[in-house]
Amino acid sequence: MASVAAPKARERIDRLQRIWEEPSGVVGWLTTVDHKRIGLMFFFTSLAFFAAGGVEALLIRTQLISPNGGLLSPNAFDEAMTMHGVTMIFLVVVPMSIGAFGNYLLPLMIGARDLAFPRMNALSFWIYLASGIFVYTGLAIGSAPNAGWFDYLPLGSKQFAPGPNIDFYTLGLIFNGLSTTATAVNLIVTTFKLRAPGMSLNRMPLFCYAMLATSFALVFALPPLNTALIFLELDRAVGFHFFDIAKGGDTLLWQHLFWIFGHPEVYIIILPAFGIATAIIPTFTRRKMVAFPLVALAEVLVAFIGFGVWVHHMFAVGLETITTIYFAAASLIIVIPSGIQLFAWITTILTGTPRFKTPLLWIVGFIVLFLLGGLSGVTFAAIPFDQQLTDTYYVVAHFHYVIFGAAVFPLLGGMYYWFPKVTGRMYYERVGQASFWLSFVGMNLTFFPMHIVGLLGMPRRQYTYPSGLGWTGYNLVETIGSYLLAAGLLLVVTNLAVSLFRGARAGNDPFGGDTLEWSTSSPPPSYNYAVIPRVTSPYAMWDREDREADERDLAGGGKRVLETGHETPASSVLDADWDEVLDMPSKSWAPLLLAAMLAATFAMLLTRHYVVAATCGALALLVLGGWHWKEPQEA
Amino acid sequence: MSEPARDIATLSWWMFAIAAVVFGGALFLLLLAWMGRGREGFPVIGKREKLESRAVVLFGIVIPVVVLVGVFAFANLVVLKDTDAPKASSTALTVEVTGHQWFWEVRYPGTRAVTANEIHIPARTRVNLVAKTDDVIHSIWIPRLNRKIDTIPGHPNRILLYADEPGRYRGQCAEFCGLQHAHMAMYVFADPPDRFRAWLRNMQRPEPAPSGPSERSGERTFMDGQCASCHTIRGTPARGDIGPDLTHLRSRTTLAGLTIPNRGGYLLRWIRNPQHFKPGNKMPALGLSDRQLQKLVTYLEGLR
Repeated sequence: MASVAAPKARERIDRLQRIWEEPSGVVGWLTTVDHKRIGLMFFFTSLAFFAAGGVEALLIRTQLISPNGGLLSPNAFDEAMTMHGVTMIFLVVVPMSIGAFGNYLLPLMIGARDLAFPRMNALSFWIYLASGIFVYTGLAIGSAPNAGWFDYLPLGSKQFAPGPNIDFYTLGLIFNGLSTTATAVNLIVTTFKLRAPGMSLNRMPLFCYAMLATSFALVFALPPLNTALIFLELDRAVGFHFFDIAKGGDTLLWQHLFWIFGHPEVYIIILPAFGIATAIIPTFTRRKMVAFPLVALAEVLVAFIGFGVWVHHMFAVGLETITTIYFAAASLIIVIPSGIQLFAWITTILTGTPRFKTPLLWIVGFIVLFLLGGLSGVTFAAIPFDQQLTDTYYVVAHFHYVIFGAAVFPLLGGMYYWFPKVTGRMYYERVGQASFWLSFVGMNLTFFPMHIVGLLGMPRRQYTYPSGLGWTGYNLVETIGSYLLAAGLLLVVTNLAVSLFRGARAGNDPFGGDTLEWSTSSPPPSYNYAVIPRVTSPYAMWDREDREADERDLAGGGKRVLETGHETPASSVLDADWDEVLDMPSKSWAPLLLAAMLAATFAMLLTRHYVVAATCGALALLVLGGWHWKEPQEA
Repeated sequence: MSEPARDIATLSWWMFAIAAVVFGGALFLLLLAWMGRGREGFPVIGKREKLESRAVVLFGIVIPVVVLVGVFAFANLVVLKDTDAPKASSTALTVEVTGHQWFWEVRYPGTRAVTANEIHIPARTRVNLVAKTDDVIHSIWIPRLNRKIDTIPGHPNRILLYADEPGRYRGQCAEFCGLQHAHMAMYVFADPPDRFRAWLRNMQRPEPAPSGPSERSGERTFMDGQCASCHTIRGTPARGDIGPDLTHLRSRTTLAGLTIPNRGGYLLRWIRNPQHFKPGNKMPALGLSDRQLQKLVTYLEGLR
């Protein structure tokens, strides 16, 4: 649309540009409320943590390359494996999928000009960044969390872990959860209220369904985690006894609370990836998704049923048989919605005209890996099998197929897919394909032998292992695989980094995409759309007449142009009827300041300076008061 | 092997076979798609949508439901009976295994026998294993005999131990329990019943006073030094309960949770620097002279 030459249109675009422009330079980034800039900051931060988590993984694999390895001390190994888990789950996959992809793409896909709460969005990012630094401070001072990412008690209690290691974990994750909750609420409200008038729920892209389901799951899954973390911190800091069996507490309470969060978290991790898959597949097969309503329903069902299966993480703790049987049945039921999606993707590819370009390759890789991870996951619903294989490398293999294969592969595919949109440049296709194959082979070499070594009896989380048990060769292959995988990932980053400067110009829609983001310029202007797009189907970009109508509106003016203020329209929840015009907040220092005050509060709680902590908390409230300071708007 | 372990293995092979069929089928469909990659133009859509939706319903719902119900019934109604806690009346012997950071304490209720890291049971006998912990959560896992069972503070658990054949079965801690989780293994020795009874009789016997002068000197070092504050040797004043019970130490084949063999100079090297083989364990280096060490080891090696 930026290319439209009509003088009226030019004038409108210039005016929008002026209204929505943010300062350039560092100050612009520090005060931004633009969902695209915040999305990018989420992206680069989570990429940095991905690198850190990757280095931890390589340390673990190098330690285990042969029996009786001597690279890491037992404590260094425990810190590496705990930090690897905490980093990848809380600081990489979730922030990257909802913070980066959701943030950047969701408003574009629904034709909105920003998220519903732009300043809260900025706050989400700053809290996320601060919480990541908070947790890594533990590592920097040699007191990183070291009781595993699910921190079972009493191992993580004051008695058995007297240092500050576990406090970095509990306080860091409570802090981090604020960010995630805020993002989830923001995405829910945005999806329900900010869809372009006309985009009724049944016309919403499946990517947005996935983000919506994820956000709802987050809002309900985080409270049990926060409860557990607060209980634990009270135990550790002030001598409560929630988990102390001698004083009437119960250690199993931790496991229940943690996994009530932990299992939905698995779906929180992979649902956005499902969304990315359902965005990429139609584009590269030039075909609408098969069984659209079933897939939308399945995405929502997965998020819902995911709350009823947590005990399958606890089949070996000795619960009543009848309890375990119930949860085994629930765990089997969740296979169904996953199966629906899987076969819908395969059928869509099979009956379309697939072009196996880099993004689709990652998605096909994802389908294969998710299938393997899903099939090994089903075996855990067979209770005796679970009781035999839980806490072995078979489980490590399973969840890496799910988390790395099913969640990270689509994220990597998504990086390639939306790279032209975000940067305006194309990546190198052949290097992209090479990076896929290298990663795919590396991934399977690393994680497939873990199934076998688990079946051969190797427990997880051992800093070393003896020779003569048949584990040695497999471990060697796994370590070689992990280095190949790291090379593949480096190739992805290199490809994109070089393309950023040297790639060919992409244009608005290099792939013939099906969703709205492809209709605006690459990169999108700060106001996203000069004209709020018309939508009559879930494949808005393939409805030529609607896009031409948008162009006419821009020249002719009208309700959908909204050129007079910092505004975006709100619509009704189900049918997306035009509701009202929202006056959107603009740049602010408040989110950054508030996050800094909160970080100080948590740091003081960690060092047990409660008065200072309360003072910082009070300052945070003051900043919150300044939150609603409003910039004068252009009339 | 044993019946529970065998049944779990059978269940596993069935599930792997079903998974292989599903995986193969999906790969085949993807391969078909790959072969269609050269097709030109837009696909025919709209006309066959019903058919394709039905395929999704068939492969995504109907077939999985049938297969999953089958797996569920076999696994959780049939095989589960083996891995559940055994009925109290069905077992002939109880062994109590208590996890410590980082060794296993083994008791035989009704007798005075106490040992560590090496569990003896009679072969072809149903044994009731009671799993407890003294500190954090551990998990007792002897894969060739049965499923694993966590040791939960305040909640003793039970599983069946049953060995078809006499032999040595390796087990280990399966729940992360801190620094030396990796060196918390155990052996189960399934002995012919006569040999087991003889072993148990010997285990119940308190240690007699040592005879030779070196042994007596070693015993003094043990009792006067720090050893006795952490270890028990029945029949002597040593009553410590931090480390493993050392009564009849020489009858064990390994030390420190299978970390090192109980022969050659290993015991001496262990006492000289316990942090070398198992860094982080609770035993300190005692700073004994070489002569004291030598006598101490002579004494300990006499505990048969």
